[in-house]
Amino acid sequence: MISQSCGLLHAAHEDDRVFGMDDYQGPVARWCSGCGDHSVLAASQRLLSERQLAPESTVFVSGIGCSSRFPHYMKTYGFHGIHGRALTIATGVKLTRPDLDVFVVMGDGDCISIGAGHWVHAVRYNVNMVALLLDNEIYGLTKKQTSPTTPQGYGTNTQPRGSYLPAMNPLEATLGITNASFVAQTAEWIPAHLFATLKAAYDHEGFAFVRILQRCPHFTADLFEAAVKQPDLVEILEGPGGIRVESLDGIYDNKVEHDPSDLGGARALAQDSEVVRVGLFFKDESRPRYDETRSLSKHSAREKIEILDRELERYAV
Amino acid sequence: MAVKLPTVGDATPTQHEIHTHAVADKSVEIVSDSGEGAQKCGQIFGTVSAKMGNGVWTVEIIPAEVEPPPRSPAGASGIRIRLGSDLVTNWGDETNLVVAFNEQALLGRHRLNALADDATILLENMWATHPDDAVRAQWEAGMEELAGSGYRIIEVPMEEECLAVVDNPRRGKNMFVLGMLSWIYHRDLDLTREQIAETFRKKAPEVTERSHGLLDLGYTWASQNLDFRYEIPAAQSDRPMVVMNGNEAIAFGAVAAGLELAAMYPITPATSVSHMLGDVFETFGGVVHQAEDEIAAAGVAVGASYAGKCAFTITSGPGLALKTEFLGLAIMTEIPLVVVDVQRGGPSTGLPTKVEQSDLLAAVFGQPGDAPHVVVAPATIEECFHVMTSARRIAEALRTVVIVLSDANLATGVAPYPRPLMSEGWQSIPADQRPIPEGLKPYDWDPATGISRRFIPGQVGGEHTVTGLAHDEGSKVAYDSAVNERASTMRSRKIAAFQSTLRPPVVNGDTTGDLLVVGWGSTKGAIEEAIDRARGEGLRVSSLHLTFLSPLPPGLKEIFSGFTKVMTVEINYSDKPGDPFITEQNRRRGQLSWLLRSSTLVDVDCWTRVLGEPLRPGRILAAIRESIPRGGRA
Repeated sequence: MISQSCGLLHAAHEDDRVFGMDDYQGPVARWCSGCGDHSVLAASQRLLSERQLAPESTVFVSGIGCSSRFPHYMKTYGFHGIHGRALTIATGVKLTRPDLDVFVVMGDGDCISIGAGHWVHAVRYNVNMVALLLDNEIYGLTKKQTSPTTPQGYGTNTQPRGSYLPAMNPLEATLGITNASFVAQTAEWIPAHLFATLKAAYDHEGFAFVRILQRCPHFTADLFEAAVKQPDLVEILEGPGGIRVESLDGIYDNKVEHDPSDLGGARALAQDSEVVRVGLFFKDESRPRYDETRSLSKHSAREKIEILDRELERYAV
Repeated sequence: MAVKLPTVGDATPTQHEIHTHAVADKSVEIVSDSGEGAQKCGQIFGTVSAKMGNGVWTVEIIPAEVEPPPRSPAGASGIRIRLGSDLVTNWGDETNLVVAFNEQALLGRHRLNALADDATILLENMWATHPDDAVRAQWEAGMEELAGSGYRIIEVPMEEECLAVVDNPRRGKNMFVLGMLSWIYHRDLDLTREQIAETFRKKAPEVTERSHGLLDLGYTWASQNLDFRYEIPAAQSDRPMVVMNGNEAIAFGAVAAGLELAAMYPITPATSVSHMLGDVFETFGGVVHQAEDEIAAAGVAVGASYAGKCAFTITSGPGLALKTEFLGLAIMTEIPLVVVDVQRGGPSTGLPTKVEQSDLLAAVFGQPGDAPHVVVAPATIEECFHVMTSARRIAEALRTVVIVLSDANLATGVAPYPRPLMSEGWQSIPADQRPIPEGLKPYDWDPATGISRRFIPGQVGGEHTVTGLAHDEGSKVAYDSAVNERASTMRSRKIAAFQSTLRPPVVNGDTTGDLLVVGWGSTKGAIEEAIDRARGEGLRVSSLHLTFLSPLPPGLKEIFSGFTKVMTVEINYSDKPGDPFITEQNRRRGQLSWLLRSSTLVDVDCWTRVLGEPLRPGRILAAIRESIPRGGRA
């Protein structure tokens, strides 16, 4: 998502600034200890430093939920919006300010439930931004209610006898949306893979959708317990154009060869399985981008008024 | 009584006597099935009349469906054009002249009491001899129903005549009608031909040619067969004028105001604003974003505004309901946002194509939590243009939401108004571009006004996270109850500070009297016409029209004190005194009267109707006569 430069606001900075991770650090995060959100926050700050993004030109947009507190803990511009609607705000920002780098942080209730309509359409719009789904498969902030990704049979406060229906599969669903251009999955307990995935998402020209599997130590500590302890239960997608993390060799050796341009293969791999699959499922930068077809005027105020006056002539009596 | 006049089929033009009536004010309705072009005909007729210097107001009669069953009273589609020598500000009372393409559309209007008792009707008579028995039976029954009225019905073989020029008369009858009306009203035929060409400029040239042929045919037929004409003296304005409907005026106004992004989701009767913008906006620098839903439209506008651009969203009642949470967010985060609500009948899907003023209280109070903001209502098509600049300026100066309440009457009403003299300054960039001073916080509220400087992404040193959570000056989440109290006070103080800059509204008529009629929005023209007529009858009545509904302007209580009685006139529902169960205390009142009673403690009465049509001045006059305190004659 490398942004275009734009002189609108004459950013008064010297371009020889160098940003370390601490230049992006806001106040101490108030998430529970052991929460996967911390890991995503650290990886994001590392990404910004790695890519040397100016804090004033970076915007994190979120909805409502534990993970949506994310922007408060960054030292960039941020927008902590309303439940389910982060993608709409982010679309408004990026459509009108292509010079800004836009990241969207959503939880599973936020993105897959109340904001599902926006998720589907944002994927189709393919506006150049990074969308992170922090999926702990539970409503945390409101204290353990079933989310669309809660596994079937898993007890919660709203469905104590177990979630009634099979969980939604956000990867499969996203891969089914026309004009999807980047779909990846990673896990917060594999920081090197998380970081590599964020980098690949940022570098993608288009809407990069990343599902991050993460633990909620408070309400769903057991959900990914086995996968955390047994690397064999994690399968890494690798292949030309995919996400390759050498440092994981020797630890995560359960791999599957996959070409990220193969949509059919991606859909097959995205189906529910015994193993947790991480990696780049699909990428296609040739997909049309809504933000490229819609840009604001380059006309001066005087020119606009002149054109408007000519248009008005058609209505003159 | 049906009159059969000789047809043009005669070899020589009929010599007959023609009465030309000089009138100051005349309205005509053209009604048809959907798709027969009655509205296009009326629009051209209205525009030509405006160009000739007449006062004009046109209103479309729109069924709820795209193509309702043909020949059905409820499916009547059409247009009313009211012409005058002076400025015409509303659609008037019952119409005096009707052109009907079939008797069922005519019956629809007849049953709605839209026609004057002595109206003249030009009625297509092909149905009388239609091969289908059922159609002929409907014709007979319809004529019987109409026979009891005092109408003068003139049968016109429109389709038969048109066949001389076109193969498919359904596609050309409207231009024949335009020709008839042009003769009846002494319209300038060259101007009419020009206007036809302009209307069909995007179609093949043959369309214009064919239309010109039909125009001439209708004109000639009328001159040979009709025995009445109207002469409505016109006075050319010394100011350049433009003629358009309220939605077009909002669209032009939005562009002139420097708004760069219109986010919308299709909804009647608001959508034509985006059609207009879609047509011209993008040629000089705007984006019309058709969002996936009403909520997303609000979200995209909020995001664009947050990013330092000027954005607005446009909707109607049901959409306003969906946007509610975003309005609260914009108010809480102090992000400027202009929201246009083109009101229609409600609640729920209500009357999608018809006028109502029922969103006032929802607009003012609709957001859960305390959410002070500005609500403003244009009263004329000209105001629809200029309100957009005001709305943008107010939203940005106060960092808040401004809701513009238009309605279906303004949206589809077409009238001329003085051509706006636009200014480059209206386009200026909203944000303060200077570097952010060290230590300045994103909500450093000025305690005197509640106003703070807006930070825009891209500005160094302004990095912060806006949040819908209660927050302090630094946009930090408030964990301290005093912070919430202070922030609420500051958001409210902005509105109070703004209110202190408003002028008291000006009374139309004497500042003392027996009755003061108070209105808002599109009813201004009809109310003031009724007031003029009532004063002409010697009644001591005046009117007051409110542009700002939230905050209300200053001085209302003082103005009210000059009158024995104050009464709002509105197009929304109220219980009528004397209705079952209704007492002074439990009566549900017109929406403006609720606001005025609570803010002034004056016992403001109301007269309201929800008939799905603009108010008629004659009906307001009747209400005034009935409501004015006894002994009210001067």
